[in-house]
Amino acid sequence: MLRDITLGQYYQTESVIHRLDPRVKLVGTILYIISLFLFNNFTGYLAAACFLAIIIRLSHVPFRFMVKGMKAIVFLLLLTVVFNLFLTPGEALVQFWKLTITKEGVRISVFMAIRLTFLIIGSSVMTLTTTPNNLTDGMEKLLSPLKKIRVPVHEISMMMSIALRFIPILMEETDKIMKAQIARGADFESGNLVKKAKAMVPLLVPLFISAFRRANDLAMAMEARCYQGGEGRTKMKPLQYKKRDYAAYAVFCVYLLVLLVIRKIGVLP
Amino acid sequence: MSMILDHVSHVYEKDTEMAAYALKDVSLTIPDGQFIGLIGHTGSGKSTLVQHLNGLLKPTSGHIYYNGEDIHREDYNRKELRSKVGLVFQYPEHQLFEVDVFSDVCFGPKNLGLSQKEVELRAFDALRQVGFPEEYFYQSPFDLSGGQKRRVAIAGVLAMKPEMLILDEPTAGLDPKGRDEILGQIARLKKEMGITVILVSHSMEDIANYVDRIIVMNKGSVLFDDVPKEVFRHYKELEAVGLAAPQVTYIMQTLRERGMEVDTDVTTLEEAEREILKALDRR
Repeated sequence: MLRDITLGQYYQTESVIHRLDPRVKLVGTILYIISLFLFNNFTGYLAAACFLAIIIRLSHVPFRFMVKGMKAIVFLLLLTVVFNLFLTPGEALVQFWKLTITKEGVRISVFMAIRLTFLIIGSSVMTLTTTPNNLTDGMEKLLSPLKKIRVPVHEISMMMSIALRFIPILMEETDKIMKAQIARGADFESGNLVKKAKAMVPLLVPLFISAFRRANDLAMAMEARCYQGGEGRTKMKPLQYKKRDYAAYAVFCVYLLVLLVIRKIGVLP
Repeated sequence: MSMILDHVSHVYEKDTEMAAYALKDVSLTIPDGQFIGLIGHTGSGKSTLVQHLNGLLKPTSGHIYYNGEDIHREDYNRKELRSKVGLVFQYPEHQLFEVDVFSDVCFGPKNLGLSQKEVELRAFDALRQVGFPEEYFYQSPFDLSGGQKRRVAIAGVLAMKPEMLILDEPTAGLDPKGRDEILGQIARLKKEMGITVILVSHSMEDIANYVDRIIVMNKGSVLFDDVPKEVFRHYKELEAVGLAAPQVTYIMQTLRERGMEVDTDVTTLEEAEREILKALDRR
């Protein structure tokens, strides 16, 4: 059941997108997300959808995996849609009891739904095609100018990569502890909220203890290999832009230009 | 009164490219009161198999019957099944959570909805059965040694009074002394209570001295299923799947090859000693 969460999971395969420099993918994803909020007509979304479709195609990751990640945010999505649908003032379309659906409401909620969906799929393309290590490497490099103002960039990215690395381990652990307690007659499903919360104790206590133990072991192992943080530390595979990375940046510029043009002309309503 | 597995298969990650058979067409009958060793290399499907026995995993195809009833029928009480078929996981001490040893052992019987008195009685009995010293009953389980923690964890399952006790690698991570103590304790338990015991292990050496029957798993299927000495006769095939017969078997085989008239079917050190002395006398 816990394996269903794909958000933030890497999908191993060979593709152009996988080989891109993580910095390109990070910047690209941020630009793409910004671009989703740049316009509010359907032609723009069509362009965004086409662009995303091409990227997905190039990444060789089955589309199923990205949809799987969506499951986690269905609730959030519905909430946004419902609120926008009922709480946007404007020309009434349908009215019953105290609730009014307005024309503007429908428009905004549809746009919001599309934006959120694209946002999640777009960022899962990034995480599915980049290993967590690569991702944090990219982040460290991108943020390195901040070192000048004494932001501990290396430490932050190290913490992030450790945290990411521990997600699957802790999930597996949760699964194991859960099964073991079920074997002792524990019940995680029935009962009211209080009872359910109480039922979590036999799961959470061993999980926390195990997390602390693992953290301790890891710290010891790092210490044993003389890890000492960012100052003067070199990389085995330093990030370096290649031709295809510049090409990817160019593609993004073209995409943004196209969108700006669409926004200017505003083809179709 | 027995457990029957009828053509059970289990596939992980069913609808993806990563689909893998953890169990392939396994059929077994486990009668009451047997002491069984379940052996296999890492990834042979032995852990998956035991999780089917108490209904934690559902077979992708095939059926499992306990005392004649299909355990995956809609109205079957699987919670009760889990108290009848007690499963102790690998590294069970990682699942301890209560403030003291005694309360932790109480967790299982309490979940069965028994009265407080009965719960405490069972916990007390269980702790005694595993040979846990009484003066530590109210200590925090986290302060105990590895071997003691493991005893507490086993007691936690025993306190539910199972008819069948399954132990997944009960000796993993213990030193040789702790290992022998735990195995001896389990054998004693088996003798005293007469319950069915399934011991999962990857080491023949560990279980050869204790069990009546050995089931060898390889790549999700049953490779051998017989009394220990019959299984050890196949020591060459066992090697091929990354297992080995006990060292005694090798010693006896070598002696035989060198022309000594010994019975190669012995499984324990004591038997081997007697056999060798007998052969020397004959000379």
